[in-house]
Amino acid sequence: MAEAALRTAPLDRTRLVQWLQTYGVYAGVAALLVVNTVITPRFLTTENFRTQAVQVAPVIIVALGMALVIGTEGVDLSVGAVMALAASVTALYLGYGLLPSLLVVALFAAGVGLANGALVAFVGVQPIVATLALMVGGRGLALVLLPQLKDLRNPSLASLGSGDVLGVPYLILIAAALALLVAFVVRRTTFGRQLLAIGDSRPAAQLAGLPVRPVLIIVYVVCALLAAVAGVLATARLQASDPTSLGNLMELSAITAVVVGGTPLTGGRVNIGGTVAGAVLIQLLTATLIKHDLPPSWTQIAQAIVIVAAVYAARGRGKR
Amino acid sequence: MTTTNTDVPVTTAGVEPPRDAHPVGSARSERLSALVQQHGALAVLLIVSLVASFSFGSFATGDNISNMATSSAFLAIVALGMTFVIITGGIDLSVGSLFALGGVLAAWGSRHGTLVALLLPLAVCGLIGVVNGLLVARSRLAPFIVTLAAMLGARGLMLALTDEGADTYLIRKGSLLAELGQGSTLGLANPVWITLALFVAGAVVLRRTRFGQHVYAVGGNEDAAALMGAPVARTKILVYALSGLLAGLAGALNAAWLASGVTILGSGMELEAISAVVIGGTLLTGGLGYVSGSLVGVLLLKVIQNVINQIGSLDSSYQQVVSGTFLAVVVVAQTWLGRRRQLM
Repeated sequence: MAEAALRTAPLDRTRLVQWLQTYGVYAGVAALLVVNTVITPRFLTTENFRTQAVQVAPVIIVALGMALVIGTEGVDLSVGAVMALAASVTALYLGYGLLPSLLVVALFAAGVGLANGALVAFVGVQPIVATLALMVGGRGLALVLLPQLKDLRNPSLASLGSGDVLGVPYLILIAAALALLVAFVVRRTTFGRQLLAIGDSRPAAQLAGLPVRPVLIIVYVVCALLAAVAGVLATARLQASDPTSLGNLMELSAITAVVVGGTPLTGGRVNIGGTVAGAVLIQLLTATLIKHDLPPSWTQIAQAIVIVAAVYAARGRGKR
Repeated sequence: MTTTNTDVPVTTAGVEPPRDAHPVGSARSERLSALVQQHGALAVLLIVSLVASFSFGSFATGDNISNMATSSAFLAIVALGMTFVIITGGIDLSVGSLFALGGVLAAWGSRHGTLVALLLPLAVCGLIGVVNGLLVARSRLAPFIVTLAAMLGARGLMLALTDEGADTYLIRKGSLLAELGQGSTLGLANPVWITLALFVAGAVVLRRTRFGQHVYAVGGNEDAAALMGAPVARTKILVYALSGLLAGLAGALNAAWLASGVTILGSGMELEAISAVVIGGTLLTGGLGYVSGSLVGVLLLKVIQNVINQIGSLDSSYQQVVSGTFLAVVVVAQTWLGRRRQLM
């Protein structure tokens, strides 16, 4: 008996760790839901769920792009700056109508993504530094284009930010559609397989004849475009363009969501469902602390602990 | 016989491969690459300063220069610690938060005397640095995510100490701490003297001590360093501790200079420090770097900022655009120079 127990104990432990790495984030979300149902008054209301979902939607959209970049063993620090850039460019070109301004936003975002991707893929700069340069420069450019907060009055932008279909806000629908799309691309397309192969081992992917550079550039462009979508949606919800503070620390929230969701920073693996759940987990955690009148400082400390715990839990998988 | 035969080429190839393998021309261009790598920032600094002093009458005045020197001092101290971290191939994103935390702790501690005001930020920020180092070295977590979490945690701690940023602790006028931050000796502000002393000490440590050699070895090739018997984990823990200590010290000095622990400082400082270190010729891949280069990098950033302020019509956000562009250009140039040197 004792011998059998000894033999199975380590096995169970590795299994437990693996289970935690894949499903821990869902368990965390479920636990927070249960705890909140018990201790938080008026938690189980449609209104509350709608508020939480609308708040988390931009984070999810940015985190989707971040998950792709992290899947290639990279990281994109410029997403917050791209959001700010999207906000100020929207404000500048809204006079021509919503659609033209969105096109210009897409152009700017693609430009940033292209610069990131070219620095990483062609020059061979580390992703963290390449995107750091764009993070500093991008926010500066956003502020140069639009130095301070500007109220936007545009009916179509307003309806984008606060309209809904059958009670479900557009923001949530867009985030859900994008999540499904990105999950499909990662799992079912050649591009998705190539992306993961590059993240696993760039030299091996190169030797196997994969189009490493084009794939990397597309990944960074897609990440910037998704960040721009989040920036436009956040601006539409605010009814104002705020390049000074929009997207501040967004790179951190997005990386946290991705890492907590079980995507290793070492690349080669992308967990989209986990990423969405990771964003929801952080949102619920923050909301719980705020609803119980804990100050924001505690929220930040809690978030820091969750990040370290998640990375610590995921560390075994990176080596295998 | 065989051992000497295999040993000799390995050592010579390791020290000076181009001279043996290639004609003089490529050896010269190799040295040119190294020269640009190491002193490029200094050349740019001199050119920008010269142009600025001809273009703006107020640039090369004693007041402006001493202002620039004092405001560079705090960033320079942070960049010094960052240089050590980056040479080991790591990165420390927590320094901006530790800078703010150090300032608040110093101001808070100043009512219990100057000694407490100086030791408290050093102890707390050094401890957070040690935790960073332990997580990076022992648990083998990615430095950027560990220090990102520390950045959040330290800022949270700072906000918790100041009632969510509502309280600003003041430093009494005329106290020793205020004198340390605001006074001057022989015409130079005290923080500038402290910065210079720290840089000299940093250069000596990096170049002339065993610990310094370990820092380079760990950044050059971690596995090789471990095989040679260098204490890899201890070296890493020490550099993160050093970075935390210096960020805390810089924050404390800055608080002494401003006579208060300002809570909104330090955000984005990690980026400035990294930019300065990289501009100064330290490779982000680790293994190569110069303390003096980081000082030049900081001065260059501050001179550019000063020039943009002098132009006046330009918004200060242009500073960010210029810094970002500059960082990108430097990184591209470095990668290119590095590749040339490897090819030859």
